[in-house]
Order: sequence, then structure tokens, then C-alpha cells
Amino acid sequence: MSAEISKGIKEIKFALLSPDEIRKMSAVKVITPDTYDDDGYPIEKGLMDLAMGTIEPGLKCKTCGGKVDTCPGHFGHIELALPVIHIGFTKEIYSILNATCANCGRIRLTEDAIKDFKERINAIKSKLVDVEYDDIVSEAESEASDVSICPYCHFENKKITLEKPTTFREEGRKLTPKEIRERFEKIPDDDLILLGLEPGVARPEWMILTVFPVPPVNVRPTITLETGERSEDDLTHKLVDIIRINQRLRENRDQGSPQLIIEDLWELLQYHATTYFDNQTPGVPPAKHRSGRSLKTLVQRLKGKEGRFRSNLSGKRVNFSARTVISPEPFLSVNQVGVPIKAARELTVTETVTEHNIDRIKEMIRNSINVDESSEYKPAVNYIIKEDNKRMKVTEKNANELADKLQLGWKVERQLQDGDIVLFNRQPSLHRMSMMAHEVKVLPYRTFRFNVAVCTPYNADFDGDEMNLHVLQSQEARAEAEILMKVQENFLSPRFGGPIMGAIHDHITAMFLLTFRNRKIAKELGIHILSYVNVDKLPPIHKDEKGKEYFLGREIFSLILPEGVNITFKGKINDKIIDPDGTEGLVVIRDSKLISGAIDENAVGTMKGVLLDYIIRKYGNARAAKFLDDVTRLAAGVISYIGFSTGIDDEDVPLQAKAQLREVGLEAIRRVEKLIENYKEGLIGPEPGKTLEDTLESLIMKELSKAREKSSEIASNYLGIENSTVKMAKSGARANMTNLAQMAGIIGQQSIRGKRQHRGYTGRTLSHFKKGDLGAYARGFVTSSYKEGLKPTEYFFHAVGGREGLVDTAVRTSRSGYMQRRLINALEDLKVSEDRSVVDTEDSIIQLVYGEDGVDPSRSFGGKSVDVDFVLREKFGDKYGGEKQ
Amino acid sequence: MGKYNILKHELVPAHELLSKEEEEELLKNLGIKREQLPKIRKSDPVIKILEEKYGPIEPGRIIKIIRNNSRTSGIYIVYRMVVGE
Ligand SMILES: [Mg+2]
Ligand SMILES: [Zn+2]
Ligand SMILES: [Zn+2]
Repeated sequence: MSAEISKGIKEIKFALLSPDEIRKMSAVKVITPDTYDDDGYPIEKGLMDLAMGTIEPGLKCKTCGGKVDTCPGHFGHIELALPVIHIGFTKEIYSILNATCANCGRIRLTEDAIKDFKERINAIKSKLVDVEYDDIVSEAESEASDVSICPYCHFENKKITLEKPTTFREEGRKLTPKEIRERFEKIPDDDLILLGLEPGVARPEWMILTVFPVPPVNVRPTITLETGERSEDDLTHKLVDIIRINQRLRENRDQGSPQLIIEDLWELLQYHATTYFDNQTPGVPPAKHRSGRSLKTLVQRLKGKEGRFRSNLSGKRVNFSARTVISPEPFLSVNQVGVPIKAARELTVTETVTEHNIDRIKEMIRNSINVDESSEYKPAVNYIIKEDNKRMKVTEKNANELADKLQLGWKVERQLQDGDIVLFNRQPSLHRMSMMAHEVKVLPYRTFRFNVAVCTPYNADFDGDEMNLHVLQSQEARAEAEILMKVQENFLSPRFGGPIMGAIHDHITAMFLLTFRNRKIAKELGIHILSYVNVDKLPPIHKDEKGKEYFLGREIFSLILPEGVNITFKGKINDKIIDPDGTEGLVVIRDSKLISGAIDENAVGTMKGVLLDYIIRKYGNARAAKFLDDVTRLAAGVISYIGFSTGIDDEDVPLQAKAQLREVGLEAIRRVEKLIENYKEGLIGPEPGKTLEDTLESLIMKELSKAREKSSEIASNYLGIENSTVKMAKSGARANMTNLAQMAGIIGQQSIRGKRQHRGYTGRTLSHFKKGDLGAYARGFVTSSYKEGLKPTEYFFHAVGGREGLVDTAVRTSRSGYMQRRLINALEDLKVSEDRSVVDTEDSIIQLVYGEDGVDPSRSFGGKSVDVDFVLREKFGDKYGGEKQ
Repeated sequence: MGKYNILKHELVPAHELLSKEEEEELLKNLGIKREQLPKIRKSDPVIKILEEKYGPIEPGRIIKIIRNNSRTSGIYIVYRMVVGE
């Protein structure tokens, strides 16, 4: 039995246009370089002849009778006085000239050799491998060009050279295009296959133009400026040049002018023909406008980023979208996006008038009158579309009249209002969370604003980033976006089955400040903080010895928890000095009361937030969104009223510590010197699989990284939790203790590709060192700290190490982008069908069960389909002694 | 050097030829047409080995492949239809 397998495009053929074909498809022979007469009417047989179509609304095409919108345009042609070379085929012309006989036109190969090559071509004919055919052709051509005596007529062929761009010389004598054409005409059809041409659709002489096609008018439209002045397309300009020179050349030739004059004009015609195709041909001065701007001719229209392919065919532009700078706004929900009034008044949603909304819409139409942007934003209507699809712009003048006339079934384009569903996107769109649905909140000023919890999925920051917004236009699209794309529906990442959004930076710091060691907060202050959050009850009020009333941080935090939270998990704090009895590092929540532990990155942070994950799973996305909103607001309140700041003096360490740090550095250098001494005396034996030098290197590296660890330890010992930088590091808000140690203590070894620095001058990295110096300093060990500043050589090594990071990211992004694009193209039309099998558009099975286990990772528990511990803990509470989270 | 049975290599999953009855049942269970299955070429080295065991395998037959290295589900079974060449 035979299997049905779906097919795609089997073959694409490229052919050459023959002069006859050019004439056949031509609607008019263009003979004059003029375009329009004094009345602005296209001149007959001119470049704008009506037979080539029309671009003016009133006129009809002479060829098909169609008007602007129906006539597809028709080609014309120019008969060239003398042939010119087509710049796109110089390489082919060159190799054919050298492979064929100038006298008889045969390919300069013996019958046997020809038979051999043809057999090889036939053998691969059935396969779709053009590369192999190309290889055979170039082999045949190079073999033929090595032969100078023609095997058929015994003519002695001379070597022909190509002088870029279009001059061919035979032992110094210039070959005219006419001569080349005559030689090519002699090549028999049977030999063409060996020259890479298919007989019937391509003849080599067609690479030399005798007839020039003139593209339709609508390919090169005339632009009428506001002043009424006409401006011709660059292609038309070029065609004018070609016709002018062609005319002069013909006249001179017919009059029998001196050969020199004819050659000059011929050369000029070649120049115009060349630049008509490609105005950036190497070796040819680009044709320029009077203004000095170079002309955009055929190749320039297609090539590059602004070319037809990348800009017009691969790139898509859309309406109903806006782009501006982004900034943070903690008072917005994660599901919202702040849209500037200016943008909201431009962006519209189309609504059909029904009996249910007619009153509301009439009022909106009247909102166009006396718009006052300093008072509350009221959406107005930009356009009214009548039943016959006629559009009317709503202005202040006609608003009342239009509102009165409004009828059921009409449509209005109303301005954006609070609660509209829009798509919000930041490029590069690397995963599906790069484009999520938000609810609009119209706000003053000029930036898009959103809750910083969604910075992570968009990979956005506020150093000037811009984002795009798209307004959805149909009810179906809005419904789909709300169900599938809303921010809260994307909390759990399909990559690892955990929350990809959560508190970051200051929000973590604030939560930590609030809950670490159960901070006491004066009642006055606490009420201010609580005013940031929508809570309807106060936390318990305590009194100190002096009778001053205060709240407890953990009790404030507990207010924003949903009811019934019972969870125990390890926090980020894991430090015997800060937390000797371990109570800060173990978060215990019972009946939604935070009993112990500090809320930090492990509780509410992105990707790690255990508490956040718990709330999403137990209470659903909507409640989790509320929790995140509350965390954001509470954090803003806490950090505003408690205050938090860091400065360079956070890295100050006592003199004693400084001395210790210096000693660590010196000690490391001494040890390295000792190692080098041992190596020189031959006391070090090679480790398995390593050379002696590598062994020494790895021993030195070990010693130096030990030094940095030591310095890190010393820094930690002297910098306590009262230090702001330490607070950030320990809570997971930003940075880590290593960064701190580098600022306060020792920066450490600067490496390239995991090795100590070793390149530069012969035998040394910099001229500051002796040749062959293997010591710590000479190979990129930095003993200074960022705070003290680096020594000149250290600074250089640091720059070298830093550069590697930059180069790596640059290389990695382009490469991973390419890989991702290939993957997307391969997988884009696969879908999961109802029975969970993965199929393509032809219903062919790709996987019998999605992901081989049928689990949607974004609905999973870190990749597992069921979290048994979670279920049991929920059921039996503390009685279940299983694995703690 | 004797011929090496590639099916015995640890990186090659187990391949079996389904009987005609098994084929019918499989297609009925999956509710698909034979042609919707992924393909395996008759010229695939594994088919050559299987032919030594089962005799000639004509295009259209179904091969069962039992993989035990799935990162998500451990054992994962796929079926492929033999195609010509
Ligand atoms: Mg940025
Ligand atoms: Zn027409
Ligand atoms: Zn010859």
C-alpha cells in the first residue's frame, strides 16, 4: 500500500526574460523621455504613457480600461540602440566566456567529458539538491576554462578577464557587449545544461540586454507635493536617463559619428543601466539626485532592513496601538495598566449602538464639548459610523447634533475608558508573558504605568524602556484575552510551574523591615502605613512600659493574608549570627497569623515565593492578584514611613577589619609565590590529566578564591544586619554578600574564560611586569576594593574581565535569538488536540500525549501533576508530618 | 568483524513490529488513520534488523518503539508507520 504524505512546494524555477518576451509583455514602446505635457496629461509613448496604467483617479488605462484601483499596471519597453550588460549577471557572463569557444561556441570539453558530466547531472536530477548541481556546473566550467584549444574547431582561445564592474577584456582588448552577445548566440542548447542554464527558459545572450523593460506606472508613482509641484520616482528618473542616452547613441550611430564618441555614449548607457538595477554596485559612483541624495533603485528597494522583505513583508504595522515610556505605579493592581489621557483620547474601541447603551453613548458623544483635561477624564467619541459605513468625525461643533441623530445599529469609535481590556507588550517578546492583557486605568501625564510585580515577566525596568499597547476590537478578542492572557492568569510560569511574578527589590526590603524580629511600629506611624492598604480592621494594639501604643510588624503583615493560611517554610535567612535560634529563618503562619519568621524573597519574591505559590494554588488567581496588590501597597507604605537608604559608608569597615583584609590579600600572594617557587624547583607533580603548568594554575586559582572567601567572611563578620546593604543582601532584595565583600574587602581574581589573565605582551600581561612573572598581581588578582579604588594594572584587568561578560551576552543573545526563531518557525502550527495528542495542521501526530506525560507545566506543581504533600497538609494540618516545604 | 545488532546498543530504544491485528486495534484505540502516525523509513537501519527477525516489512506496517528515557513520564511508547525508500 502507498502512504499519503502531505506535500509542499516541490520546486521553484528561475528563468531569464528573453528580448521577445519583454516585447511581448510590453504594452507600449517608450521612445521619449518626457512624462507629462503642460496640462499634466501623460505624453504618448512617454514614460507615463497611459498604456502602462494610471495613477490618476480620473484617467483610464489604455491597455485594460481599468481605473486606478482596478488596473494592475502593465510593462512597457525601450529598444536599446546597442546592447548593455545586465549587472546582475556579470559573474555568469565571465564564467561562460571562459568556458566556451569564441569561434564555434561549444563548451571547451571533449565529448567524453561532456557525457560524463551529463550523466552525473542526470543521476541527481530526481533529488532536490541544487547545491550538488551547482557544484557539478562549477566543476565543468573550471575544467573547460583550463582548456584553451577548442576540442572541436581547434581555435586557440585567449584568457578573458573581468574588470569590475562591467568591462571584459581579452588579452587587454575590450570586448563590447555586442561581441559577447554574438559569441553567446553561438552556444548550442545542448551545452547549456553544463553552464547551469536550462535550455528553453534561459539563453546566455539574454544576460545582455537589447530590450529594456519599463515597469508599470504604479510601481513608480508620481508624487504631487502640497505646493502642486510634481516629483517623479527615482526609477522614472533613471529611465529618463536611459532613454536620453539611448536616443543620442542611436543618432550618433546612425550618423556614423567617430567611434570614440559612440564608445563614450555606450559606456554612459551601460552606467545608467547598471545603476538602474543597483545603485550601490562596487566600483560605480552612485547616481545622485540634484540634492545630493543617492537614488533608490531596484536593489535598494528590496535589500536590507528598510527593504521590501524585512520592512514590508516580514514586518507588520497595526492600528489601535500606542507606544511610550514606562514607569512604576504601586497603587495600580498587577492587572491594570495606566494609560496617559493623551493616548486614551487617540485609541478607540468600536461599539455598536443598542437600546441598552444608546443613552450612555449619546452622553459620550457630548463629552467632546468643552473638554477639560484638568478635571476627571471622561471618554468621548471620535467617529460615528452610520449604517452605510459612512464615517463622521465628532467635533465640538457637531457633537450635540450627532448625539441627537444617533440611531440604533450605528457604530461609534469611543475613546478608551477605565476597565477596557488591552494587550500590553515589551520587546523582545521572548515568552508568552511578554504580552499580557491588562485593564486600562486612564491617568494624567505621559507614561504607561504598571505595578512593579510584572517587571519580571516583561523583563522591564524604568531606565527609559518603552512598551506597546494594543486595544482589542472585538468582543471575542476581549473575552479570549481576559480568560487566557490576563496578568493574573499568567502567575504560574509554563517554564517551571511556579510563580514568575512577585515582589522585587524595595518590596522585599519593605516586607523584611516589617517582619524581621517582629518590628514594633508606633501606632501613629502604623496607621499611616495601613492607609496605603484597603483593610477594614486594625491589628492588635500593644502598650510599652511608658504606655506608648504600638503595632507589631508581623501582625500588620497578617492583615493582608487570606483567611485560613497555614504554612511553614524556610525563609532566606540562614545565618547563625543574625538569627541564633533560627526563628527568623523559619516562617510559621497559623490561621493567617504570621507567628514567626521574616517575610523575604523566599516568601513573596519572584520565582521563589513559597507563600505566593501557596496562595495562588489554594485561593486562585484573583485572590493571589489581590494579595500581590496588597503586598505592593503595604511595601510602599512601610518603606515610605520607616525609611530606607544606602550609601557608600555602608561599606565602611573598622580599621581592625581593614588590617585583616589586607593581611588576607598579602597572605594569598605569599602563598602563590610559594607555589611558584615550588614549581620552579620541581616540587609540584602534575595532577592526573593535567600538565604541570595547568596543575600550578589550578593550585593558584584555589588559593586565590580561598582568599576571596576569607575576605567575604571578614566583611560579613563586621557588617551586621543593621547595615542597609546587608539587609538587602540577606533578604534577597538585591545583591549578595560577595558583592558586599568586593566593595568592602577584596575584589579578587579577574578571569577570562575561567583562567587567570595571561595574554597581552610576550611572556607577560602588561609591560608593568617582568617577563615570565606568574605571580598573583601579574595575572589579574585584584587586592583593592571597589571602595578604595583599583590600581592602574588592576583596573585594566578588571576591564578585561568585564569586557568578556559584555561580549558573551552580545554573542549569546544573537545566537539564542536565531535558535529560538528556528524553533518557533518549526513548532508554530502544532497544537494540542482534544485527546491531548499533539498534531500539526494536517492532523499528523507529533506526540501521542502532550509532553509525553500530558501535563501542562503552567498548571503543574513545579512540573509534577499533583503535589501530594500539599493535599495531605491541607487535609490533616499539623498532624501530617510529611515533608515540610 | 561480525555484524553488530544496533538494537542491543543502550542508546537505541526497543523496536517491535506490530501484528496486523495489533495494528487494527491500535488505530481503533487512538481513533486515527494510519497515515497520521509519525514515519520511519524502510531504509532505516533498525528496520533492516527487524526484517531479519520478522521477514520483509512492507511500507504501511507499524513499528512500536518503547523509550525508557522520557524526562517527564519515564517510559514513553511511540508508533511509527513504515514508508518506502
Ligand atoms: Mg531598560
Ligand atoms: Zn491597465
Ligand atoms: Zn571551437
